[in-house]
Amino acid sequence: MFIESSLSNNSTFFQKLRSLDYILIFCVLLLGLISSIAMYSTDGGEVLYHTESHIIRFLVFFAMMIFISFINIKTWHALGYFFYIIVLGLLVWASLFGITASGSQRWIDLYFINLQPSELMKIAIILCFAKYYHRIQVVNVNKIQNVIIPILILFIPIALVISQPDLGTSILIASSGIIVLWLAGVNIKYFFYSTLFFIISAPFVISFLKPYQKLRILTFFDPDKDPLGAGYQIIQSKIAVGSGGLMGKGFLKGTQGYLEFLPEKHTDFIFTLYSEEFGFIGSIILLILYSVLIFRIIRIGSFSRSFFGKFFCYGFGSAIFVYITVNMAMVLGLLPIVGSPLPIMSYGGSSMLATMLGLGIVMSAKVYNRQLIS
Amino acid sequence: MIVGGGEDSGFKKTNIVNRRMFIFAAAKAVVFFGIIGRLFSLQISENKKYLTLSDKNRLRESRLPPVRGEFEDYFGNRIAKNLTVYQLHVVPEQVEDFKTLMVRLKDILNLSDNHLRDLIKKKNKQKPWETLIVSENLSWDEFSKINFYLHELSGARPVLTVGRNYPYSEIYTHVLGYVSEASVEDIVNNETIKQRNVPGLRVGKTGLEKALENELIGTNSIQRFEVNAYGKRINQIDFKEGEKGKTIRLTIDTEIQKYTQELLKEKAGSISIMDIYTGEIIAMNSSPSFDPNLFLYGIEKGKWNEIKKNPLKPLLNKTVSGLYSPGSTIKPIVALSALENDVISTKLKVNCRGHKHPLELYGMKYHCWKKKGHGYMSLKNAIKQSCDTYFYEAARLLGVDRLNETAKRFGLGEVVLGNYFNEKKGVVPSTKWKKQAIGQNWYLGETLINGIGQGYIQTTPLQLCLMTAQLANGGHKIYPKIILGKEETAESIREKMKLATENNQINSNIFSVPERFFNDKEKKYTPLYRNKENVKFVLDAMFSSTNELYGTSFSSRIDDPKYQFAGKTGTAQVKRITEAERKLDLETDQIPYKERDHAWYIAFGPYKNPRYALSILVEHGGSGSKAAAPIAKKLFKFIIDRHPLRESIKTKKLIKI
Repeated sequence: MFIESSLSNNSTFFQKLRSLDYILIFCVLLLGLISSIAMYSTDGGEVLYHTESHIIRFLVFFAMMIFISFINIKTWHALGYFFYIIVLGLLVWASLFGITASGSQRWIDLYFINLQPSELMKIAIILCFAKYYHRIQVVNVNKIQNVIIPILILFIPIALVISQPDLGTSILIASSGIIVLWLAGVNIKYFFYSTLFFIISAPFVISFLKPYQKLRILTFFDPDKDPLGAGYQIIQSKIAVGSGGLMGKGFLKGTQGYLEFLPEKHTDFIFTLYSEEFGFIGSIILLILYSVLIFRIIRIGSFSRSFFGKFFCYGFGSAIFVYITVNMAMVLGLLPIVGSPLPIMSYGGSSMLATMLGLGIVMSAKVYNRQLIS
Repeated sequence: MIVGGGEDSGFKKTNIVNRRMFIFAAAKAVVFFGIIGRLFSLQISENKKYLTLSDKNRLRESRLPPVRGEFEDYFGNRIAKNLTVYQLHVVPEQVEDFKTLMVRLKDILNLSDNHLRDLIKKKNKQKPWETLIVSENLSWDEFSKINFYLHELSGARPVLTVGRNYPYSEIYTHVLGYVSEASVEDIVNNETIKQRNVPGLRVGKTGLEKALENELIGTNSIQRFEVNAYGKRINQIDFKEGEKGKTIRLTIDTEIQKYTQELLKEKAGSISIMDIYTGEIIAMNSSPSFDPNLFLYGIEKGKWNEIKKNPLKPLLNKTVSGLYSPGSTIKPIVALSALENDVISTKLKVNCRGHKHPLELYGMKYHCWKKKGHGYMSLKNAIKQSCDTYFYEAARLLGVDRLNETAKRFGLGEVVLGNYFNEKKGVVPSTKWKKQAIGQNWYLGETLINGIGQGYIQTTPLQLCLMTAQLANGGHKIYPKIILGKEETAESIREKMKLATENNQINSNIFSVPERFFNDKEKKYTPLYRNKENVKFVLDAMFSSTNELYGTSFSSRIDDPKYQFAGKTGTAQVKRITEAERKLDLETDQIPYKERDHAWYIAFGPYKNPRYALSILVEHGGSGSKAAAPIAKKLFKFIIDRHPLRESIKTKKLIKI
């Protein structure tokens, strides 16, 4: 605070480099390492397609994150709405011309990568709201137009993602947005009313769900009802985690994983595989890593002088927390199975891109934490 | 400082954001510990449960067919053994194009269209990774052909396994029985088979193979496999070698058994030979027989019908399950019973006057077999010449109930070998029996024909063999056996018999036959007689029947004392002879086969120091002296020549111990 240069925005490159959050970077690298190990295990102890492309993606997007760190936070503020509109456009594109896989039209073929815009929307919505609430004064937060407009901003992408259909991602986008709304100080009564509204409308919503989605919700309540059908994933996942025990079955020795009892072990159920092989201790280490990561993100937010930076860091940190807990609660049988990847750990380029993008912006908020945004 | 509001407003906003962040962070902490709690409960508290579930997921046990115990004869030759069998297996999952492979195999092995259709049906029923047995028993030529073409038969696996083989083919069929694929009934009725069953398991269907199933079957080898989520075997984790079934040694001498088969060639009948002291069955044959090897992989319909419809009934084990009137072979027992009960003396004479003057009783006529009659007959001559008239009289004086008691004591009317075979008990009639079984009173006339072994009395050849043995050893109870166990030597048995005789003499005043059944573990060779002289008399009479002029089997005698034997012929009528038939007096080959008499011969030898007893039955063979006794002549020579060899095995065994 007393360093002259910090008041101006003309700090040198080395000063910027020095002001990076190395603990956070360390956490990210460690998570990258662990995820590569887990991916190696899903490939049956060989460096096959999944491992290779996961490592490449991690390294490329990690580099991108470091690069973004040096982009002034002002730029991100300026790009806030634009980014949102671009991603929204991609979502529309996806729903019109997207690639369909496993019954859901959610990818855009960009030749070098199959992009899933709904993943980017998780970041875009936080960016957009952070910019929106950056300007609004406390007294105006609960004005009716300041509630209606964000709800519209939130509702359009959610509707698009649900129609893909992709329930999991739409829930995560919704929670990302709601977190920022909450932080911005939107009156508790709105949350209360909308929760009430949601509960009342839930039966109607459920009647609009696809049969497989309904089945998933039903089997969540009683997975043993159909152990070979819809409940299979939950049961097998619980068996895998439970049989891991304190120390785990050992690296490459997770029988549930390599004997293919685990569904989608590369993506949503990567934690199950990891937990089977590394046990309770390994899981706790992973959880601690994530906690430190989130703590560092929020800490950066707390030091950020701009509300934009604060909102983004708080929002992104909290959103990451929600992604992690939803994924874990799901594979541990505490929530119904909805598609939701585990940040950094899960295989998937778009998810990795979105996470690294978010982390990059957070880092930029750290490097430019003195930056004032008008 | 903060743009977009006054300093105050900015401060307030910061406060709100931080406060809300704090609330949210608190909520996060709760959720975070919730997740940890869940992990703890799954991985620590319920670890065992999930570990079991995980093992249940991935481990599959597979049982392999147990290796069946083998059979050996008295000298240790394998008479039922396990043979390497060449099979062709296919795992459909590993086959690129099942149809092409099948067509190719059809060409190489000359498979029939029906067989191919069955295979495809079977394949569609089972899981793709389960083995399909294309051919259960390949010849060596076929097997090498398959191996030659193997490179173009991907998915086909030539396999060596173990199958049953009976090297002596039909010789032992009625003793050992045969094995075939376990049927539903076999599995339901036998708990051991149920537990050890695997597809394609062979189990005993008849004979000792069936009776000793639980000892022979052996235990399964167990393979534990790791399987993936689709049930495909990934690798073998554990292999627990099963135990081979017990190898069982019989008392039978294969050479003698083979010889009996030869002697009964093309005839229906039975031969049993027994050691009169140890009770060991030396040979036991029922003719005709069939090849038990045919049943291993399921018999062809044509061959099965051939066996089933053969009028000589190869499927019936005549030795233990065939019931026949004993005819005159019962006479030694009738004589013994009459003497023991003091109803006649050896000096009683009866006049046999031929067909013109038959014995008459209540208006019924009872003829002797000899048209001209025997004239005045003593008991000894009556046995020697088998005079019916004498035995009508003896039976009349004796009464059926006393005869029943003696006959039963000597082993008639009871199974001989216990539960090994489907043995028939036969009938030894008494007044009480008739009342219970038929509900009528006994007629004296029935006693008379019982005295010559006709009427209600029914015996198996093995029972008559035992009866002969128990007479020949001096009238002592013995314990017949077909499975070689802990051996008591003939010498020690003879000692015991001597001892038992002395004890008997002391108690001879009290006319009591010692209890038939003992609680004592030790076998007692109880005397079955009251007066030893009576048994001696009967044996003597049997000697004269074979070795003296006019004896019924005189023409079959052997003069050499080494082989000399004593016996009694029997000719059992299968139907009542009408008056007209009696007048015709046809030769055997002039009578329709089914109506011809059964020929019997019972004998023991060598006479001076008897060791073996036998019974011979030739179904519809005509008279005992012509059809059965000559067989005994050949047999005794053969048996006695082999006796030293048999004894040497015994002593060798003792030395080994």
